[in-house]
Amino acid sequence: MERLRRTMMFVPGNNPAMIKDAGIYGADSIMFDLEDSVSLTEKDTARMLVFEALQTVDYGKSELVVRINGLDTEMGKADIYAMVKAGVEVIRLPKTETADDVVETEKVIEEAEKFFGIEVGRTHMMAAIESAEGVLNAPAIAKASDRLIGIALGAEDYVTNMKTHRYPDGAELSFARNMILHGARAAGIAAFDTVYSDVDNTEGFNHEVEIIHELGFDGKSVINPRQIPLVNAIYAPSEKEIRNAKDVLNAIEEAHKKGSGVISLRGKMVDKPVVARAERTMALAKASHLVDEEGNIYAE
Amino acid sequence: MLNKVNREIPDDILKDKNYKPFETTEIGNPETTYVAHQVKVSQGDDKLVDSIPDVIAKTGLKNGMTISFHHHFREGDFVFNMVMQEIINEGFQDLTLAPSSLTNVMNDMVIKAIKAGTITHITSSGMRGSLGDFISHGGLKDPVVLRSHGNRARSIENGDIKIDVAFLGVPNADAVGNANAIYGDAVFGSMGYSLMDAKYANKVVLLTDTIMPYPNTPASIKQTEVDYVVKVAKVGDPDKIGSGSTRFTKDPKELKIAQTVNQVITHSQYFKDGFSFQTGSGGAALAVSRYLRKSMIEKNIKASFALGGITKPTVDLLEEGLVNKILDVQDFDKGAAASMASNENQQEIDSSWYADPNNKGAAVNQLDVCILSALEIDTKFNVNVMTGSDGVLRGAIGGHQDAANAKLTIISAPLVRGRIATVVPDVTTVVTPGDSIDVLVTEVGIAINPKRKDLIEALKNVPGVPVYTIEELQKRAEAIVGKPEKLQFTDRPVALIEYRDGSLIDTVYQVKD
Repeated sequence: MERLRRTMMFVPGNNPAMIKDAGIYGADSIMFDLEDSVSLTEKDTARMLVFEALQTVDYGKSELVVRINGLDTEMGKADIYAMVKAGVEVIRLPKTETADDVVETEKVIEEAEKFFGIEVGRTHMMAAIESAEGVLNAPAIAKASDRLIGIALGAEDYVTNMKTHRYPDGAELSFARNMILHGARAAGIAAFDTVYSDVDNTEGFNHEVEIIHELGFDGKSVINPRQIPLVNAIYAPSEKEIRNAKDVLNAIEEAHKKGSGVISLRGKMVDKPVVARAERTMALAKASHLVDEEGNIYAE
Repeated sequence: MLNKVNREIPDDILKDKNYKPFETTEIGNPETTYVAHQVKVSQGDDKLVDSIPDVIAKTGLKNGMTISFHHHFREGDFVFNMVMQEIINEGFQDLTLAPSSLTNVMNDMVIKAIKAGTITHITSSGMRGSLGDFISHGGLKDPVVLRSHGNRARSIENGDIKIDVAFLGVPNADAVGNANAIYGDAVFGSMGYSLMDAKYANKVVLLTDTIMPYPNTPASIKQTEVDYVVKVAKVGDPDKIGSGSTRFTKDPKELKIAQTVNQVITHSQYFKDGFSFQTGSGGAALAVSRYLRKSMIEKNIKASFALGGITKPTVDLLEEGLVNKILDVQDFDKGAAASMASNENQQEIDSSWYADPNNKGAAVNQLDVCILSALEIDTKFNVNVMTGSDGVLRGAIGGHQDAANAKLTIISAPLVRGRIATVVPDVTTVVTPGDSIDVLVTEVGIAINPKRKDLIEALKNVPGVPVYTIEELQKRAEAIVGKPEKLQFTDRPVALIEYRDGSLIDTVYQVKD
């Protein structure tokens, strides 16, 4: 079963207090940033801090991601080596323009894995797409490596590149979102939406999360822990959806017991996509504390 | 000898100061006799005095006596410094200072008085800043005695603190001494702590900037208790007495802790119609009130009373009908103080009524849920709210030991603060014994006192609230900040921490430089 990635929380790699506390807010993924949020004079410090934190702090079930500096900078390679050695789950490439960017980075990761005697392929990757060229290449980028677990839209650089800026209705991101989503789905990997930087504007944030939830994004990048419960609330299934999912899963179990190949529920055939959706609904329900570990709806 | 919380209490202190070592949190039903105070009969026509020097002369203050003040004006207090400066000027020596507590604005003057030999003994609820530093470095020969608010009431009643002259600042008074703290410029709401001084001091002096026509009602301090009234220019700075507006914290960690505290409360057996609570002050406490309000509305639960130091969000719950009564010993902000004047269900209580372990029943004994803070908490659940990680005095007992006797006592604290662990193997100073603490709430999860099997059962499956042992939490803190070097102290005691029954729970020693 694919893991939930409703929220990816950005944590500046040079902020010890935020690094230490990043695990307590229930983010599905935590992304430590060595790139844009760290000034040039603090690049080494941030790399060392994140290196130590990854090996010291208990981040529970959260998936751990590090955004490295690009390989076109002098920090890029050192970032990769340090993070591979620290055992990070996912290395995130910034400003990915082409499939080659992914391939080049993968080479360095593999080099690092071999150098440290780590199983080759253990370090996963994700790519952030932040330009018109990257958006147009999204399908190719998404298929560039088996290590990729997802691609993400980085809207700040993208809208600048497109000679526009962010608007409340999100029309300026419509094409990019759909390209990235299609690229991700065609490759069978996750799609992440961009950050929303006005942290005190709950209404605007919720509106944007509703849009990307409807489109089908796995989740959203968040820059403040207070945004996490808001995303989770919108991704939480309704009680009706949970009951329906339970019926589907029960019907399968019944059918398996009877040895029956064809499964139907209320006169409709239950096929693979229906089962996949039911499983995802139950995973979301568990993550939102709407059902217990056995899938029973909490009597509230 | 070692007392029941494993603290080494020097035998000479037990002997010389006639102390019993701390034994138990159970108070029982001992019989006791209160000490009465002297009364100089007055017809009321001689009470109004022109100046502080005149009133000092009239009280008959002498070397070696005990003087008291209250701390209701907090950082906006003008009275303490005015009076103390005059006492120093007049060359008094060897006085005991016995205020309800000491705030930072008083620090410089206390140090000055110690250096002048005017003050040679201190008892207080706490001390911070430069004064805490001064005392911890051996600035006062005799150890400071630190007492909870309930214990101060007890000590006054049974003569452990015998106040000769109480100097009490009030926002208003009439010429014969009827006063309250709900009208005037420098209002602070409940006069809770100062009411003990008014009742038990031999001489009671009120200082005010507003003289009211007789009879000044409602009267919290009454003319029957007051010897003199002095008019001064200003008793306090209204902006520094309490925070003006209540701003809810946006700190995600504080919010997370507050939310967890609320989950602990609402999943406990005490969260039912008619329950009672004390939240205290500070960002996390205010946030708890907000979450609690939501839960109370959802579950249609109303509280019978809220207790202790009161804030605007608690007053809002009263006005909304979610809380029936407030028992109010002090007000932390302007909203809570102002409401005291307009809401008859906000009852002013003195510190005996609030928390005294030595009367016929205090309000804390009726309390269901209490949320308290901690500088440190150890694996025995003992709590330190007095000394910092450097061993220096920087806190106050307040009502901590008293309110901890609630049926559900929750400590809300971050696992670490900066590079300092909050959850430690052994606290620097034991203030509140672990026996009276039930649950620790941190940002990573909670720990439940092993003796509370009922709570372990009730809280084991709360969604999103992981339960750890306190040892696990201590190890987690240590994993982040490492093991600190052991603090270095001399063998000279600088402060004695009393438990609320007057027994000795811990000793604070002079720090090594």
